[in-house]
Amino acid sequence: MSSPANAAAMPRVAVVGMYAFLIVSALFFLAPFLVILINSVKPMADIRSGNLLTLPSEITFEPWRIAWSSACTGLDCSGIKPGLWNSILITVPAVVISVLTGALNGYALAQWRSRFADWLMLFILIGLFVPYQAMLYPTVKILSGMGIFRSYTGIIFVHVVYGLPYTTLLFRNFYVGVPDEISRAARMEGASFLRTFWSVILPISTNIIVVVAILQFTGIWNDYLLGLIFAGNDNLPMTVQLTNIVNNSRGAAEPNVNMAAALLAAIPTLIVYFVSGRYFVRGIATGAVKG
Amino acid sequence: MYNISLNKIRKTYGDLTILHSVEMEITEGEFVVILGSSGCGKSTLLNIVAGLDTCDSGQILIGDKDVTDLEPSDRDLSMVFQSYALFPSMTVRRNLSFGMEVARVPKAEREAKVAKVAQLLQIDALLDRKPSQLSGGQRQRVAIGRALVRSTGVCLFDEPLSNLDAKLRTETRVELKKLHNDLGFTMLYVTHDQVEAMTMADRVAVMNKGRVEQFAPPQEIYEKPANLFVASFVGSPEINQIAGHLSGNGSLDIGKTHIDLSGYAFENGTRPAQDAILAVRCEDIKIVPPAAGHITAQLDFVELLGADALAWVLYHGKRLSVRMGVDQARALESEVGLQFDLTKASVFCTKDGHRL
Ligand SMILES: Nc1ncnc2c1ncn2[C@@H]1O[C@H](COP(=O)(O)OP(=O)(O)OP(=O)(O)O)[C@@H](O)[C@H]1O
Ligand SMILES: [Mg+2]
Repeated sequence: MSSPANAAAMPRVAVVGMYAFLIVSALFFLAPFLVILINSVKPMADIRSGNLLTLPSEITFEPWRIAWSSACTGLDCSGIKPGLWNSILITVPAVVISVLTGALNGYALAQWRSRFADWLMLFILIGLFVPYQAMLYPTVKILSGMGIFRSYTGIIFVHVVYGLPYTTLLFRNFYVGVPDEISRAARMEGASFLRTFWSVILPISTNIIVVVAILQFTGIWNDYLLGLIFAGNDNLPMTVQLTNIVNNSRGAAEPNVNMAAALLAAIPTLIVYFVSGRYFVRGIATGAVKG
Repeated sequence: MYNISLNKIRKTYGDLTILHSVEMEITEGEFVVILGSSGCGKSTLLNIVAGLDTCDSGQILIGDKDVTDLEPSDRDLSMVFQSYALFPSMTVRRNLSFGMEVARVPKAEREAKVAKVAQLLQIDALLDRKPSQLSGGQRQRVAIGRALVRSTGVCLFDEPLSNLDAKLRTETRVELKKLHNDLGFTMLYVTHDQVEAMTMADRVAVMNKGRVEQFAPPQEIYEKPANLFVASFVGSPEINQIAGHLSGNGSLDIGKTHIDLSGYAFENGTRPAQDAILAVRCEDIKIVPPAAGHITAQLDFVELLGADALAWVLYHGKRLSVRMGVDQARALESEVGLQFDLTKASVFCTKDGHRL
């Protein structure tokens, strides 16, 4: 793999070109973020005077405070704070459960060598291509039937199930690369399927677990649609409250508060990427087990 | 107690028959090597014995107990895999004790057994390392250790040495044989390497396309191959073959040459006239002056091998090999007579290859 560490080996022009490209791409993707960041610390006076792209005349964290604890989401004026806790309560169990079920599914499918297993995998893959919107109504009916529509259990269930095709696919492709002899050896030692999965297979899956967990975390944290429909009023995630703040029709629009709220909602995913980015890249770049 | 009987084991994948009614009787404490070329079904057979794979029909008895439908862990056997198959996330110590952990063996007993096997295989110093921190040879030892630690009397090996370099392979071979002598386990060992088969086995089963062609002690396999396949598969260079016609008076006619086979012990005394193949090992041919031997051939080239030499001669367009001393090989004329040691030769039926 080539990496900037190899830059010394490249001709000078190529190095300059490479960095120019990287810097331009970084600017391109960072620009909107910078605009939001700048405006979130501007007083309303600056914003009313027009130009969103100028630097603030003074830096104020008042919009952040309002967004956090006193902006109105509908009738309730306690900011985005309650949503944070809801989002955590939804995201953490949903990620853990979907990683575990995805891994178990993927391992079973990788182990199961038959034409039927291939067909099943194909079926699961189809789940990846059906848009959420098309599945919403049937899902609502099913959850109502189960009595968990608009409930905490319901929203977690929906996230896990909607994530399954993806998590299963990723884990299966990883496990197909794990030598079969390892599972056979465990079987010779008398370990059951589940025992093998838990004691032998899961511990060598760290890389793929990190990848899947990050993808699921980002997906579920940033989800709006499912949270709005399935979570119920007491469990609305941060994203739903964010839109409620932005769309709140009472009082004048306050773009700086909206932007601060948007940043607040994005912070957890940013933290996750910063903390585990290294593992993420490693997990994507390396395949199965070595040694 | 730990004898193994394989009764008419059959295995098919779709319309492909991988094993045709394999029969084998292995006595307790025997070291049996299954020898065959790639794809002949050796691993399949071993996996069926282990219980990792099912057979379509047939019966497996271990210690007179029918284990055909039992799980691998209920068959009282252990297995060493070609790729070692150590559990990557566990230390060597846990690799060794995992099976006992699953079986809920008390901790003190587990530790005692691990310590004993570690000492036997000299892997004490490695116990706290992960498999990724071991060399190939060390991994192989651990894999063998894992098989021994739980083993009650039967060990299966699937080409355990094929990932080692030549020197280590020789060393491990000797050690395995010694281990077998010390422990007295019944061992079933799969390989495509003849040297391993010849040196380690009490008996060798030569397999070809899902059939056991011959099951006999290694020296017998070499000297009295049951058919043409075994004769040509075992031994290097390949056994010399001369096609001819067996006439009723007990001589092999090759064109105008007649080789008198009265020195050859026919299988059941009878020798009906038919097309036949005379097969002679390179060391069972003597060079004599032209016209003084059974046949006369032209020298093609000589290979000096250090300890001895191989002379390649052409006879009716076919290349034959003759083993001899280096000095003799240097002095060869371009035309040589070949004298066969017929007591050590084999004669096979041309039609189906069986020994006559
Ligand atoms: N799952 C399977 N489906 C179809 N055919 C198979 C399957 N597994 C093995 N075979 C076939 O069975 C035959 C025997 O395979 P096996 O692994 O026993 O060979 P082997 O003698 O161990 O060879 P090698 O020395 O290369 O390991 C091969 O021709 C292989 O293609
Ligand atoms: Mg094999």
